[in-house]
Amino acid sequence: MLNKSTTKTPMPEQEPALRARNFEEVAFGYTQAQAKREAERCLRCKNKPCVSGCPVGVDIPSFVGSLAEGDTAAAADVIRRANALPAVCGRVCPQETQCEQFCVRGRNGEPVAIGRLERYTADWAMEYGEDESPTDPNGVRVAVVGSGPAGLTCAGALARLGCAVTVFEAFHKPGGVLVYGIPEFRLPKAIVAREIAQLEARGVAIETNCVVGRTVTVDELLTEGYRAVFVGSGAGLPTFMGIPGENLNGVYSANEFLTRVNLMRAFEKGAQTPIQPVRRVAVVGGGNVAMDAARCALRLGAELVSIVYRRGEQEMPARAEEIHHAREEGIAFHLLVNPVSLVGDEQGWVREIVCVEMELSEPDESGRRRPVPKEGSRVTLPVDAVVMAIGSSPNPLIRQTTPDLAANRWGCLVADETTGRTAKRGVYAGGDAVTGAATVILAMGAGQAAARAIYEDVTSGRI
Amino acid sequence: MYRIVEAQRYNPQVKRLTVEAPRVARRARPGQFVMVRVDERGERIPLTIADSDAASGCVTVIFQEVGCSTAMLGALEAGDTIADVVGPLGVPSHLEGLGRVCVVGGGLGCAIAYPQAKALFGMGAHVDIVAGFRSASLIFLEEEMRAVSHKLTVCTDDGSNGCKGLVTDILKAALEETVYDAVIAIGPLVMMKFVCLTTKPYAVPTIVSMNPIMVDGTGMCGCCRVTVGGEVKFACVDGPDFDGHLVDFDEAMRRNTIYRTQEQRSLQEHICRGEERLHAQ
Ligand SMILES: Cc1cc2nc3c(=O)[nH]c(=O)nc-3n(C[C@H](O)[C@H](O)[C@H](O)COP(=O)(O)OP(=O)(O)OC[C@H]3O[C@@H](n4cnc5c(N)ncnc54)[C@H](O)[C@@H]3O)c2cc1C
Ligand SMILES: Cc1cc2nc3c(=O)[nH]c(=O)nc-3n(C[C@H](O)[C@H](O)[C@H](O)COP(=O)(O)OP(=O)(O)OC[C@H]3O[C@@H](n4cnc5c(N)ncnc54)[C@H](O)[C@@H]3O)c2cc1C
Ligand code: FES
Repeated sequence: MLNKSTTKTPMPEQEPALRARNFEEVAFGYTQAQAKREAERCLRCKNKPCVSGCPVGVDIPSFVGSLAEGDTAAAADVIRRANALPAVCGRVCPQETQCEQFCVRGRNGEPVAIGRLERYTADWAMEYGEDESPTDPNGVRVAVVGSGPAGLTCAGALARLGCAVTVFEAFHKPGGVLVYGIPEFRLPKAIVAREIAQLEARGVAIETNCVVGRTVTVDELLTEGYRAVFVGSGAGLPTFMGIPGENLNGVYSANEFLTRVNLMRAFEKGAQTPIQPVRRVAVVGGGNVAMDAARCALRLGAELVSIVYRRGEQEMPARAEEIHHAREEGIAFHLLVNPVSLVGDEQGWVREIVCVEMELSEPDESGRRRPVPKEGSRVTLPVDAVVMAIGSSPNPLIRQTTPDLAANRWGCLVADETTGRTAKRGVYAGGDAVTGAATVILAMGAGQAAARAIYEDVTSGRI
Repeated sequence: MYRIVEAQRYNPQVKRLTVEAPRVARRARPGQFVMVRVDERGERIPLTIADSDAASGCVTVIFQEVGCSTAMLGALEAGDTIADVVGPLGVPSHLEGLGRVCVVGGGLGCAIAYPQAKALFGMGAHVDIVAGFRSASLIFLEEEMRAVSHKLTVCTDDGSNGCKGLVTDILKAALEETVYDAVIAIGPLVMMKFVCLTTKPYAVPTIVSMNPIMVDGTGMCGCCRVTVGGEVKFACVDGPDFDGHLVDFDEAMRRNTIYRTQEQRSLQEHICRGEERLHAQ
């Protein structure tokens, strides 16, 4: 039966005023009835336009169809074939610019809520589904550097093909940005842990506390008996603006702030990681990272949290849902302003952020309209903490210690887009380490493609 | 989990632990450090690798109990385990080509300077060591330092042992007599600052080891930034050694106070929890 509603079935959420003070998940997820009702909005198009918007190619109409028939297990099977981290993707993928953008229902109202349905299915599978058992080993050992979505996906796909995979992770916990960047209230860490446990059940070994480039090098891994190395080390090097006052006390990179909050769990009582209590916080930037930092600051008890962004809301790279949630929670938006300096008090603590007003001119290479400062304008905000969330680039450790691995002028590793092959024999790369900061699903797509290429190269004797 | 194979206490605040960490031990070079997390709820703290042995797969750290994490670490003994030991991190010290060196250690800094002095001595360099402590009861590593130097001068602030005075007084006298290829200064920021001011008129290259607050130690958080020659550097990946004459020490000192209040509270809570446990027994 087709559900003719032009709007998505609403997803129950915590009240904004309440959730702005806790770290519990914002959205509760669909019940079975809600999922069925939403799935019934799908037209089951023959040409499946939505699938073209999914970087890992989940057969969307097929899984949604199963949900409409009430068969969640079948839906879970379809998703699992293409997506190693569905509970993560169902929560953090920018669906509006991917699958849902192509949904025919979207031409006349809202598209089918594919992301929410994916989340429902994955959560169900976590509770009731069965873990996959390991595949018979084929004797090929592969090393994966980094346990973010790119590395985990590559490892999972190779394990399913029978390879013995070891993931080397610099941090003490696997998951990459999923554990140290994206906050608990958007992506509960228990969910990430569960998805990782499934990979381990499939035979993937994870060695934490190993910094490739320092503890062991890529070349050593190749001589230790790994036939191939996949580098999925992400883009973790924070960017600062280079403006006066940036080293004042109370100025953080988003990475530092979010790592202290999420990975080191500064929000829990008894945590040893210190976070200075702050009243007024300015977060510079307009992406998901900026939204997350702002919403964490609010939840840690700040009274006034502002986003400071040099373009307009239309140009913000953050997911629409996160901007909407941030607004609901009371984050203030200062748009079309750009910081030019930070001013501190006598003790060296940041107290004021000085900005110029901006206006938008023609689009630049990114397709967004380029902001230019308005002559003589000046806006100041009183603050006692500033979080810089203006982007990041790949960490140089690996390319510095692997001289024959090529990188471009932004420090991104050079690798073939569709196979992850680098110019170095046996070495593959993908995810943010290649593209610069992007999305979970693109990193996963790259990990999956590299796994396919590695298997092909190993079986054909090319490596 | 990383097993402690040996524990030795030098004085009420300073302890030495030798820990099994084979991958770290295999690659460790003087000047590098590890990030240590004591237990599941702990924070990550940087500690210099004071010694390492690839054969036994062990690394040694010497640390001063100043706050919660180092106090918890100080309570551990041989046979106990540490949740995480990551490394070796940082750029190894550039010691090649140094023929005549004065190594200046301040307090706990002596533990950090020791592996460098030992390596230089082993490479055949002429090594003088000036080691300063607040008072006699705090002196440690004296015999070890003597064994890897041509001349060791120990001084104390209060004159309770060795000569009375500051390391900079001894260093100044030495600089008058000897032409050094480099001075390596490791200790509290103020001490390193004044060593650099002392060597500046003599134009002796002065290497300092910066100890900013760190979170990850791999270049990811930017918390450890220091200004060197007007440029922002990350001490964990670009250092921790830097040209002391170019370091902005005043900024570094200010940045190291960021968490002072929190840390005192956290240490207080730690002590209270410890007392609760005692009372419960
Ligand atoms: C705060 C924040 C919010 C975000 N929100 C969203 C969102 O809502 N939706 C979305 O799609 N995307 C989002 N992103 C982007 C997304 O998380 C990334 O694009 C994605 O995680 C990239 O995956 P990756 O596997 O390439 O790298 P990462 O997730 O960065 O993982 C890399 C891993 O490699 C490890 N590593 C690095 N160097 C080494 C080394 N030398 N040796 C060993 N290990 C190493 C790192 O510790 C890390 O665990 C967000 C990012 C951030 C920071
Ligand atoms: C590269 C590097 C190597 C180091 N090597 C050694 C070593 O070999 N032995 C050793 O005892 N210590 C060393 N330190 C310092 C050591 O990391 C700190 O003493 C430790 O982090 C304090 O942790 P805590 O939780 O016990 O104390 P906290 O509660 O964190 O701090 C207590 C006091 O120490 C100050 N402090 C915090 N972090 C640092 C820091 N990184 N450096 C200096 N002061 C700090 C705080 O401002 C506070 O006043 C090193 C630091 C760096 C960056
Ligand atoms: S400690 Fe995080 S960048 Fe150096």
